[in-house]
Amino acid sequence: MRKEITCIGCPMGCRMTAEVEDGKILSVEGYSCNVGKKYAQEELTVPKRMVTSLVHVRGSSRPLPVRTSAPIEKSKIFDCLREIRACEITPPVKIGDVIISRVCGTQADIVATREVF
Amino acid sequence: MRTVDILIVGGGPAGLAAAVSAYESGCRSILILEREEALGGILKQCIHNGFGLHTFHEELTGPEYAQKYIDKVVEYQIPYQCCTMVLDITEERVVTAVSNVNGLQQFQAKSVILAMGCRERPRGALAIPGWRCSGIYTAGTAQKFVNLEGIMPGKKVMILGSGDIGLIMARRMTFMGAKVLACVELLPYSSGLKRNIVQCLDDYGIPLLLNHTVVDISGRERLEGVTVAEVDPETKQPIPGTETYYECDTLLLSVGLIPENELSKLAGVKISSATGGAEVDENLETSVPGIFSCGNVLHVHDLVDFVSQEAEKAGKKAFQFVQGQLAENGARIPVTGGFGVAGAVPQVLHAGSGGSPVTLMFRPKGVYRNAKISVSAEGTELYSRKYRILTPGEMVSLELGPDLLSRAAGAKELTVKVEA
Repeated sequence: MRKEITCIGCPMGCRMTAEVEDGKILSVEGYSCNVGKKYAQEELTVPKRMVTSLVHVRGSSRPLPVRTSAPIEKSKIFDCLREIRACEITPPVKIGDVIISRVCGTQADIVATREVF
Repeated sequence: MRTVDILIVGGGPAGLAAAVSAYESGCRSILILEREEALGGILKQCIHNGFGLHTFHEELTGPEYAQKYIDKVVEYQIPYQCCTMVLDITEERVVTAVSNVNGLQQFQAKSVILAMGCRERPRGALAIPGWRCSGIYTAGTAQKFVNLEGIMPGKKVMILGSGDIGLIMARRMTFMGAKVLACVELLPYSSGLKRNIVQCLDDYGIPLLLNHTVVDISGRERLEGVTVAEVDPETKQPIPGTETYYECDTLLLSVGLIPENELSKLAGVKISSATGGAEVDENLETSVPGIFSCGNVLHVHDLVDFVSQEAEKAGKKAFQFVQGQLAENGARIPVTGGFGVAGAVPQVLHAGSGGSPVTLMFRPKGVYRNAKISVSAEGTELYSRKYRILTPGEMVSLELGPDLLSRAAGAKELTVKVEA
């Protein structure tokens, strides 16, 4: 199967084409440096993203911003957002406080990125 | 009238970094005036990650990045007033401000640092035809609603302009359950960072329509839809017959940022037509002695890390001015932008500025591949560097060393240009 990837390593934004069969990378073409090659390999095996979103704060209309403590699998982003949306916290909260641990069965926690008194 | 050594207008990333650096240089009489209810500026609403890679070598969100500086301000006990609007700055550095708590206040500052940031270009600046209905917001306003107030502006969204805030909001609106139909860009390329195009649009299958624009807005009370047409890449005129109607309730505009220099103008600071910010020398001092400018009010940056760096310099230089140690030796050498260069900062160098390197920043006017950037004095090349690609989305920053500056000492003018 052919897959198209745009490198994010620099403004060049190299368009790369990869051949993938049964989860195995057969070839990657179109990169101009090792940053691109490495990025393509990551994107083709398990693409990961940091997720940032908002959590309800009890007794306030203003939400608490949160993020994953580490990048999570791209395929789990919307499950992760659903878990975050279902959550409600009670102040006080400090930056770095764990709001949800091991979100969606990943190794990452959801942590607060702002203080709420 | 109270006196203060350094008065900083604005408590966003630039103002905070300037205050911290001025304190660390030894200044003990600093005051930050901030019009919003909390320090942090625009970072408060930038809840996405990607801040601080250069400064802290980790990927922080906006509020976390701001907090690192706010913690320092608190630790150093640097005085600040929030909910305080500066109304006037004079050439003699008398600053007038007003707030609910303190009423009208006047300060005599030995030095002023302008750190007011920028604001978004609104619909009025675009002259889009159509109805003046609700549902049309600048991307940053929508960002404030969603991230700070917890209010969703709409459910079916179109985005005009592909600046970074628009791209970030495409992903945010998707995350919050809205449907983002497309991002429409007049130019043949996006002015946003590549990383944002991939991770905010491509990841969620949101099309980026280059060489397109919004030609009509429908909806009497609330937005009902927009008409998008392809444009001729040369003339930027819509091509008849290419119109497509998109049903939507929200249109977000991400069409550029304007440095907010009303106060600078009151102080008599000379404004550059290329950047929309003050004209400064290598010390970030404006045309008015003792008034410095840094961050997005000086010129719009891509990354907050660079704002912090610039502001740190402004803080240091402002304190040197207060101590009477800011020597501006030698003749003024204007820096002009040649081919492909928009808004070079600083606009002026002093021939005898001596020991420290100067950071020269500008934005490429177009996309240039395998290009060279050169700095020359009256035809003699003093510096050159090759780039595989230059794009308007990524500001170029050149470090000009003391030896280059000494070679330029007798020059009447320095020219920076792209050779593509």
